[in-house]
Amino acid sequence: MPHTQPLFLARRSYRRRRMMDAVRLLPGFGAVLIMLPLLWRTAETPEPDTAEGLVYLFAVWVLLIAAAFALSRGLAPALLVPEEPVSPEAGEPGENSGEAG
Amino acid sequence: MPFNVLVAVSLLYVGLLFGVAFVAERRARGGSAVWLRTPLVYTLSLSIYCTAWTFYGAVGYAARSGLEFLTIYLGPTLVFVGWWWILRKLVRIGRAQRVTSIADLISSRYGKSNFLGVVVTVMAVLAATPYIALQLQSVTLSFGVFASDTPEGWALPDQGATALWVAAGLALFTILFGTRNLDANERHHGIVMAIAVEAVVKLIALLAVGIFVVWGVAGGVADILARIGASPIADWPLKPGRWAGLTFVSAAAILTLPRMFQVMVVENADERHVATASWAFPLYLMLMSLFVVPIAVVGLGIMPLGSNPDLFVLTIPLSQGAGKLALLAFLGGFSSATSMVIVAAIALSTMVSNHIVTPLWLALRVGSARAPGDVRGLVLMSRRLSIGAVLALGYTYYHLSGGSAALAAIGLISFVGVAQVLPAMVGGIYWRGATHIGAALGLITGFSIWLYCLFLPSFGEGGLISARVMADGLFGIYWLRPHALFGITGLDPLLHALLWSMLLNTAAFLIGSLASFPGPMERLQGVAFVNIFDQTSGPGGWARSAAEAEDLLSMSQRILGPEEAQRFFQAQAAAQGKLGYLPDPTPDFIARLERQLAGSVGAATAHAMISQLSGGATVSVQDLIAVAGEAQQIKEYSAQLEAKSEELARTARALREANDKLTGLSVQKDAFLSQISHELRTPMTSIRAFSEILMETDLPDEMRSKYAGIIHDETRRLTRLLDDLLDLSVLENRKVQLTIGVANLHDIITKAVTSASNTRPERVFVVQRDASAEHMPVFTDTDRLLQVFINLVSNARKYCDAERAVLRIEVKKRGGFVEVDFIDNGAGIPKTSQALIFEKFARLTDTSHAGGAGLGLAICREIMANLGGSIDYIPGQGGAAFRVRLPLKRSG
Repeated sequence: MPHTQPLFLARRSYRRRRMMDAVRLLPGFGAVLIMLPLLWRTAETPEPDTAEGLVYLFAVWVLLIAAAFALSRGLAPALLVPEEPVSPEAGEPGENSGEAG
Repeated sequence: MPFNVLVAVSLLYVGLLFGVAFVAERRARGGSAVWLRTPLVYTLSLSIYCTAWTFYGAVGYAARSGLEFLTIYLGPTLVFVGWWWILRKLVRIGRAQRVTSIADLISSRYGKSNFLGVVVTVMAVLAATPYIALQLQSVTLSFGVFASDTPEGWALPDQGATALWVAAGLALFTILFGTRNLDANERHHGIVMAIAVEAVVKLIALLAVGIFVVWGVAGGVADILARIGASPIADWPLKPGRWAGLTFVSAAAILTLPRMFQVMVVENADERHVATASWAFPLYLMLMSLFVVPIAVVGLGIMPLGSNPDLFVLTIPLSQGAGKLALLAFLGGFSSATSMVIVAAIALSTMVSNHIVTPLWLALRVGSARAPGDVRGLVLMSRRLSIGAVLALGYTYYHLSGGSAALAAIGLISFVGVAQVLPAMVGGIYWRGATHIGAALGLITGFSIWLYCLFLPSFGEGGLISARVMADGLFGIYWLRPHALFGITGLDPLLHALLWSMLLNTAAFLIGSLASFPGPMERLQGVAFVNIFDQTSGPGGWARSAAEAEDLLSMSQRILGPEEAQRFFQAQAAAQGKLGYLPDPTPDFIARLERQLAGSVGAATAHAMISQLSGGATVSVQDLIAVAGEAQQIKEYSAQLEAKSEELARTARALREANDKLTGLSVQKDAFLSQISHELRTPMTSIRAFSEILMETDLPDEMRSKYAGIIHDETRRLTRLLDDLLDLSVLENRKVQLTIGVANLHDIITKAVTSASNTRPERVFVVQRDASAEHMPVFTDTDRLLQVFINLVSNARKYCDAERAVLRIEVKKRGGFVEVDFIDNGAGIPKTSQALIFEKFARLTDTSHAGGAGLGLAICREIMANLGGSIDYIPGQGGAAFRVRLPLKRSG
């Protein structure tokens, strides 16, 4: 059911929308980073790479956690709002998260 | 360390957990559960993902396969950092639909199909059984470590007995805190609190062992990295298929494991906790994995060859004389095992009880009276029995498998099994076209492949699948070998099973869904699940309504009929300025709809129905549809009645019309008879009177001949009248014999004018004719036509009131007809009388009585009808004008 969503958003709502985009992209980004060692051909090279791999993977891990932390701080308030119906008169339109569905 | 101390510490720890759970339950019941339900507790409760398999098995896994163990934690990390996609939706659906387990989610999504619930339950129990056995095994093994390493030489009484005691203790704990009450939300405050405490214990224990190993045994981070480089796992034998496959399967499993679903969705108290867990849970996983490789490497270095790497977490501190650290590690492992078993037992028992035991029991007891409390007790009892049964299954598996297999292998088999739910689950919450047929096909396909390719072979050679089947395939069919389906060899067995099961599962799910048609219930649930974020939630009347316009429409269609419902919705949408869409369920709209429905089903029912749909969570759509179906039947019945009564009314109307006609005819007949008798009576009266006079003997001759003349005239008039009547009756009955011949129209008209000239011969009467137009042959009964013409001309002579009477005769050909117009220059016939002149006995004036009985024009009309033509009065010609139409060719 289409809501009557405004075409343009206030600055804060706009930021929030982009954060939603970011949090959706994050797992894809993480998956690419995690699959990257596949290109190292570790099984074929003679050098030992477990230690490097360990450091790399934990670094990716920390990066993902940090990104998730930042995004969740920004998005947690958005979870409260979707209950409210969208009304064009209200000051902050477009907060609803219905677009995920 | 003495065995007694170990047992005492364990019992003390268990006592502490009992205490925590008990206090938490009491606080929750007292209403002060706020601090129990913080994001921190939620995140910690998720840590049941890290079981004894993580605590002990990860080190063993790392010692065997290097970094591959990380995939088990990286997969869930991806799911959690991408919480906006699936987790958020799952949690929202779980809360809105009051989902009690993953089986309930699937069953509920696909139209509350209990069959799907049973399938998922059976899969979950089968997949979880080895996993529970694994926990029992790890606890038993950890006891064994202390037993064998002590110089005091106490021997572990019996490994089987230990496992049995642990299983029994866990069953007791779970039954005590997991089935205390039947909560509609299926939340267990005590247990969640207890597993949160256990989560802290296991994290601290593993971190403590890790720190001890890195900075106590080894010489810090640099030394550890150096040791890694020099260890047997220095080179990373990365297998791309397994790396990607295991990441995927662990990501799938964290969504579909019954115990994870329990803590993640069912026990969730606030959606915002998911936001916190999105980073906190990956952090927890990372911390749990941080020291795994160092512990494995150090263990491989310092422990004697052949020692079990799965137990390095315990054996390294013991070998270094750190008994208290080893005890802490033991408690950590114990916590990991127990928390997993408890939650898994609760989740599985809920599923078994809700989808198998209770339906069965109710089905068997159909007909017998039962009180509401009866069912409640039954559910609790079946939960308790299910918990016992689940643990008994786990113990049996442990007993049968002998506890020999490596921990990691068992865990992964279990993961692939539960991952089979993924297509039905993700498809169900994102795709409205997913149907229960598709879901059932997918689940059964994936599950069968998993059973055949992975689960059954896991019992080893000569286990449940014979060596011959493993080598030659089922029934000797080569391409059905469990580890090389369709002849594809060389794949890792786990990857092989994962690939085929997920591929065929998804394919069956998609094809089944595309090819089948969902029932109404399923479609409603599909909308509710897929569009969960479009529904505003929250109770409180229509003001914050959760009713979906589409739900309302499908319901209204059943009650009002599709056309009327759609018309109403369209009109409402147009009123809201949303032409072409469904209207928003505004309070105003819902109130209108309720009034509309009330017209069909009554106000109370309409309100109940709408409030059911608007209430959202408690929708028993099945009942609703049943009610709507009944209403529809009633409506159809009443529509039938209405149709019948309309038909009766129509018949009555027809009868009344017939009656009116008959009455009219009767009146006409009476009028006709009285007219006839009047017409006959007048001449008869004068004949009688004059004949009586003639009977006088002394009458002068001239008088006698005069009276005889009058009598003669009157009899002629009578004869003419009777002739006319006879003629008319013959003509009206269409029984007249026509003698068709050819004649020139000009001759007929001339004859008519001549014959009519003896009517009022004293008048000056001019006839204007157009001889050239009149010359044409006509095929008709010329005598009859002549009769009509004579009548018209003599009428004109008789009634034309002009000073100098002129009759104009015009002949035209139009279409297949000849039109002969007789137009005089008199006053014409008044409009009111024009309709009457062709009726019998219609005489406009009695003054210009000319011997006619008023039958002339009536006879003309009948003659023309018999000749296939017509005669009409044409107004507006400056006088009386008659038009005779005659077909050029005689038809028929």
